[in-house]
Amino acid sequence: MPHTSKFKFGQLGIHAFFWLFVIGSLLPFALIVMVSISGESSIEQHGYSLFPSEIRFTAYTFLFHDFSEIARAYGVTIICTVIGTLVSLLVTTLLAYPLSRTELPFRRSLSFYVFFTMLFSGGMVPWYMTFTNLLPMKNTLLAMIIPGMLLSAFNVLLMRSFFHNSIPDSVVESATMDGASEIQVFFRIIVPLSLPIMGTIGLFQTLSYWNDWYNCMLFIDDPKLYNIQYMMTKTLTNVQYLLMKSSSSAQAGDMLAKMPRETVRMALAVVGFAPLLIAYPFFQRFYVSGITNGAVKG
Amino acid sequence: MRASETLPLAAQAQPERAARKQHAWLKRLNKFKWLLLMTLPGVLYLFVNNYIPMYGVILAFKNYTYTKGIWGSDWAGWKNFEFLFISPDAYTITRNTVLYNLAFIVLNLVMALLTALLINEIRQKKIARFYQSAFLLPHIISMVVVSYLVYSFLNMESGMLNRVLSGWFGIEPISWYSEAGYWPYILVIVNAWKHVGYLAIIYFAAVLGINREFYEAAAIDGATKWRQMTRITIPLITPVIITMTLLSFSGILRSDFGLFYQVPMNTGALTPTTNTIDTFVYRALLNQGDIGMSSAAGLYQSVVCLILVVAVNAVVRRINKQDALF
Repeated sequence: MPHTSKFKFGQLGIHAFFWLFVIGSLLPFALIVMVSISGESSIEQHGYSLFPSEIRFTAYTFLFHDFSEIARAYGVTIICTVIGTLVSLLVTTLLAYPLSRTELPFRRSLSFYVFFTMLFSGGMVPWYMTFTNLLPMKNTLLAMIIPGMLLSAFNVLLMRSFFHNSIPDSVVESATMDGASEIQVFFRIIVPLSLPIMGTIGLFQTLSYWNDWYNCMLFIDDPKLYNIQYMMTKTLTNVQYLLMKSSSSAQAGDMLAKMPRETVRMALAVVGFAPLLIAYPFFQRFYVSGITNGAVKG
Repeated sequence: MRASETLPLAAQAQPERAARKQHAWLKRLNKFKWLLLMTLPGVLYLFVNNYIPMYGVILAFKNYTYTKGIWGSDWAGWKNFEFLFISPDAYTITRNTVLYNLAFIVLNLVMALLTALLINEIRQKKIARFYQSAFLLPHIISMVVVSYLVYSFLNMESGMLNRVLSGWFGIEPISWYSEAGYWPYILVIVNAWKHVGYLAIIYFAAVLGINREFYEAAAIDGATKWRQMTRITIPLITPVIITMTLLSFSGILRSDFGLFYQVPMNTGALTPTTNTIDTFVYRALLNQGDIGMSSAAGLYQSVVCLILVVAVNAVVRRINKQDALF
């Protein structure tokens, strides 16, 4: 090729651009981790820095000294994520599959019923009242599983088009001719064939349950039911929140004096986002393909 | 006409045919009863989560009092809307929501397109995948984590930005969380940081969908990379660009509650530039307990969005029928 050198230069420029992009994406995380292991004196002198002059783990020893609150918040997050994702997958599939069957009675009206929820919403106030007045869900785990999160019309339509495009009618026909009931067809044939799309939607749902703080903020007043994200919110605005649960005020005062204020907040942030960051390399390829398939098909 | 000719026969057959029709209908219903039952949980969920609140928009026309409940409360007519649009808030929140969205649409589109076009030029596919994963990371974390990341840069005493500004340029530390004027820039940058990688991947998928033969033919004709980009890639993904952009326009009165509530840490001093319709509705409901005004603002948002989405869809249909929503 005659213009190899120019071409190489172009490639180099492109890689430089992407490295800047990658550093920009990752730098804030690195900063938080470094702050969480900085010594307090290092922060007093140099502020938050990627290269602290002194490395200390006091913030973590402080956090882990009484880990029960964090463990409880994680427990809430994990329970809601697991139950929410499983139920959500079941309900989504149960709705999407019949809608993909062309002979289904009321198919068009049902599809419109699902679709219309994407066009118009009553707004946050009546929605909030529905789940507080009509269905008393305040201060229950259900409030972090059901309102607004359990079923998304978009996922239903995404899954419906998956069934429509990738499961031929003949498969269902031949199975019913062999005497299988619709329920058997669903569990023995449809569910196994739809594992890829269920994986994608399951991942989307897992992330949205894991990251939820909105429902917790709206519906939960009882600190025992706070999930990890909301506990982080509370701590960011008021780092003393971490001490409020301490049994006696004398004990709290003592702890407050000893607390490494600047770093303990960031240590909690690290404890909060670490699981997702650690898991990310394992699901990132799957996630990227899920987004592109969703974008193309949805 | 024909009906009158066959009247005696038809009159005789009609009840019978109707009965047969009804029978066939019941048979069909019976055949699909399991499939219909399957849809029940989802249908019920949408009824409670979406349709009951839709009916609840009557709250915007009521003078809600807790003791009288939704049904018993007195009608207020358009009073709630009057109060909303007389107050200076209505203008501020509408302006903020619209301007932020415009900035997001333009900046994110330019950056995501540039990124998608450049990934397409990388020949080592493994490296390209690594880049994609890295800049998708901000998209999967919650706004709470984002607010921590932003805080670590903007914290007055020890934040990295003030330290860099004062250390390198001798600028006095700025109290970012009490100066509303900086926040339009901060939030636009934060939003781009979180979403550009995601949008780039969607545009990149569109680029990958282009038939490779176009490029081969162009290369044989001696077209440079630049010409291939401007004459093949961009024209061919233009429908996707237009569709995505129009769809974002239809949501111009919506805002990401987390971005405008969590990232400024719900600071009162910042509301002139960070209050959007969604944060306004939230605060009016939960801080002031003003149900009438907050539901009026919510309904105003929903109705404008519905009109916009229908209009935008009509435009998209004319451009590319496949990409239309309905």
